Amino acid sequence: MTAILDLSAVELRDAISRGELSAVEAARAYLAAIEKTEPQVQAFNEVHADRALGRAAQIDADRAAGKPPGPLAGVPLAVKDNLCMTHGRTTCSSKMLADFRAPYTATAVAKLEDAGAVILGKTNLDEFAMGSSTENSGFRPTRNPWDLSRVPGGSSGGSAAAVAARQCAAALGSDTGGSIRQPAAFCGIVGLKPTYGRVSRFGLVAYGSSLDQIGPLTRDVTDAALLTRAIAGHDERDSTSVPRDVPDYLASVDKPIEGLRVGLPGEFFSDALDAEIGAAIRAAAGAYESAGAKLVDVSLPHSRIDRDADGKLSSYAVACYYIVAMAEASSNLARYDGVHYGHRTAGKVEDIVELFSRSRAEGFGPEVKRRIMLGSYTLSAGYYDAYYNKALKVRRLIQNDFDRAFEACDVILAPASPTPAFRLGEKTSDPLTMYLADIYTISVNLAGLPGLTVPAALGRDGLPIGMQLIGPVFSEETLFRAARMYEQAGGVRRLTPPAMAP
Amino acid sequence: MTETNETIKPVVGLEIHVELATATKMFCRCRNRFGDPPNTHVCPVCIGMPGVLPVMNRQAVEYSMKVGLALHCTVAGFTKWDRKSYYYPDLPKNYQISQYDLPLSADGFLEVPLPDGTTKTIRVRRAHLEEDAGKNIHDKASHTGVDLNRAGVPLLEIVSEPDMNAVEEVLAYARAMQRLVRWLGVSEANMQMGHMRFEPNINLHITRGGRTFKTPICEVKNLNSFRALERTVAYEIQRQHAEWQADPEGYSIDKVGKENRGYDDESGATVFQREKEEAHDYRYFPDPDLAPVLVSDEWRSGLAAQIGELPLARRARYMDRYALSFKEADALTQDAPTGDLLDAAVADGAEAKRCANLLLGRGAAIANDRGCSIAEVGVAAGQLAELAKMLSGGEVNATAADKIFVKLAETGGSPRQVAEAEGLLAVSDAGQISAWVDQAIAANPKAVEDVRSGGKSQKKAFGFLMGQVMRLSGGAAAPAEVQRLLQQKLGSGE
Repeated sequence: MTAILDLSAVELRDAISRGELSAVEAARAYLAAIEKTEPQVQAFNEVHADRALGRAAQIDADRAAGKPPGPLAGVPLAVKDNLCMTHGRTTCSSKMLADFRAPYTATAVAKLEDAGAVILGKTNLDEFAMGSSTENSGFRPTRNPWDLSRVPGGSSGGSAAAVAARQCAAALGSDTGGSIRQPAAFCGIVGLKPTYGRVSRFGLVAYGSSLDQIGPLTRDVTDAALLTRAIAGHDERDSTSVPRDVPDYLASVDKPIEGLRVGLPGEFFSDALDAEIGAAIRAAAGAYESAGAKLVDVSLPHSRIDRDADGKLSSYAVACYYIVAMAEASSNLARYDGVHYGHRTAGKVEDIVELFSRSRAEGFGPEVKRRIMLGSYTLSAGYYDAYYNKALKVRRLIQNDFDRAFEACDVILAPASPTPAFRLGEKTSDPLTMYLADIYTISVNLAGLPGLTVPAALGRDGLPIGMQLIGPVFSEETLFRAARMYEQAGGVRRLTPPAMAP
Repeated sequence: MTETNETIKPVVGLEIHVELATATKMFCRCRNRFGDPPNTHVCPVCIGMPGVLPVMNRQAVEYSMKVGLALHCTVAGFTKWDRKSYYYPDLPKNYQISQYDLPLSADGFLEVPLPDGTTKTIRVRRAHLEEDAGKNIHDKASHTGVDLNRAGVPLLEIVSEPDMNAVEEVLAYARAMQRLVRWLGVSEANMQMGHMRFEPNINLHITRGGRTFKTPICEVKNLNSFRALERTVAYEIQRQHAEWQADPEGYSIDKVGKENRGYDDESGATVFQREKEEAHDYRYFPDPDLAPVLVSDEWRSGLAAQIGELPLARRARYMDRYALSFKEADALTQDAPTGDLLDAAVADGAEAKRCANLLLGRGAAIANDRGCSIAEVGVAAGQLAELAKMLSGGEVNATAADKIFVKLAETGGSPRQVAEAEGLLAVSDAGQISAWVDQAIAANPKAVEDVRSGGKSQKKAFGFLMGQVMRLSGGAAAPAEVQRLLQQKLGSGE
């Protein structure tokens, strides 16, 4: 059993395809692991044990019948609970959708299943993916497997914790401002936010539609390449998905890039950054240099992070992000009104307006309400130009900064978050401080770029430290190869939280 | 200063909402169909479920571009989709996908034929595409039902400049627009099915004693018949004038601004509607789920080429080339296929006037009975041409031709076969007709006397005898031959 949980997704797939291991054995091992660690970690909203075992048995039967195994044959995965599946509920960790059953499956999830993956269940998140710690879940917070008193990050905290806790071989998350990369960094795993348009958003419950992207959370870079290859591609049900060939990321992942130019944005290495994280990333830069890469200084002026007189951090990118994301969210979440589906107030109402407002007041948590109100405000007559329109202009400037930077380098090396995983409750009283947890990741969403976080080191207090590689649009292949170079050059790979070790 | 020095100029702009007759809805692949049981044409996209995304219907965009081009609008090379937010149970997403600052078409005009035979140019400010909402059904006391079959149906909103100055002009514009969208084949424009809805903006410019007073602009929403439109505009002109007379300084656009009123079909009056202050803040912003629409010159010109001759040009041609009256030409250009039928029959060698008579006689009567257009009656161009040629050649008379037309519409076949089978071919055999003439003369001595006496009743008596002969022949005698033989036998010069 132990051996199964030690295998990466690629290794599992190979073992099952060769018949050394059955898909049912793999599913059982993971279901047992969930049973064992879930009381502490609380990563899952719903575990689909029977369905997972049934699908695993089918994959074994197919293999026995001589059918060629899919690229993810028998690999047990978890899916963030804002991705719709016809099986079970899709709750977005919100009371609003606590009993919602979607009559459709998200394209990315369907593609994984078509490739032979076995979905174990749905993972916890900040309600409607709004948050950076999974403490905004309408149900319960998820814990960081490295230290149960700490958050796993968010909003894909359930998926990140489940991968780190070995409750699944890999998972899907969604990233609007860092919601895959920051929890991946907090949990010591790999997470990719693909280029906007690389993966279909069909079936992903929308938060910030121009920023949202589905991506993998995995134990190592090779697994991220495997999953990305499986979920990427054009989908006629998502007009923003791009009709562009999907490279075989897995085939090239082990090939180092000769003459790789690694850009270091000065703006990201200010005193806003935790010293230990700064040191870890500089060490990683050194490792790249030893591996033959060239280090280049680049500048991202509009993503600069300032510290004001009171010591508080601020950034154009954060301001811009929260205006764009909240404006879109206020509109995307308007449909939850208690009329057609979702929570409807049980109280007596006088008219339809009271039905709307009471259903929404009861169904949404405080952070969701805050974002709907702020978003509605920035789109209101008289404020649109001052906020939303200005944010769009800043967004363009941020994009231009990246375009210029990528003239001088192939990838940008950056922190994934300003601090390692913080303690539960540490930031919940101050939403603005919580928003700054995304300070290094959000400009990537605003620019529509791919961003990959990988573990850089283990910190002094035993918490993983992540680093982020950012590339131009559709440069996922470069990011995987560059990240793999770091793994091979002696970086950390497949970290296991001591408490979760067999 | 007297009342007679006062001039009143109504100023009316009209928004017309036209549902497009696409096969499927605007942003999903549900059928676009009216009249089916509630919520039978719905899917996760048009009922706004979580995580689903709109995908644009290209046909709807092309239909809208055709209307824009036919209205001489500038069809933009770049246009986008915006979300218009408001909460209503028949709007499942609580926002409507529409076009805000960059409509597909802008700055055009429509030449509108007026009842007096002149035309007036009404400018079109913009025409944008959006999705329709569903319908709330208030048929139960305990609750309101929601039917989402209509939710997501493509809706073209055509906004005019305030160029209409009389009730007749408003009606003429609305009817001309109905004819145009039918002509282009982009909408059935059926009022009963709600395919067209009107929202007039009305105020008065009143000049008295060298001063011009402007009454507040009043918008009346959701009128779904020409009658409602006519009554609303007429009522508003009266009402606003009365209110202004009561308070010429206070009841002004500067003090009151804009009002919303609703139309009451029972009384034909409009009633004041209080609007909540937030109702006007739709919080428009670009829909991030949809890519902007880029219209290439090639796409635009390809559609322009499909438009062809427009109704007014065709009407003028019929008067000019076919020598039809205004009324005939107008009736034959209500929709494109009817005129196409006429043109094809003429191209086949038939006389235009005879074809027009057939189409506007029995054709129009059958169309009226069936509630369809004349072209849909079921008589093809070849049949029409053959029948018209038989008429011209005296092979059938007008009465027989009408009977044949009806038969063709009912059962089809060739006009000649129908005429033969029904015994409707004209009898021009002199012997046979001569016998009928003799019989008529014998049976009607008084009429014969009147003809022969050459008095003032001669004409009438001759016509009576003609009719008697035709009756005896069962309508089959060739009228020219009857007339010749009657004249011969009565020795009259008639």
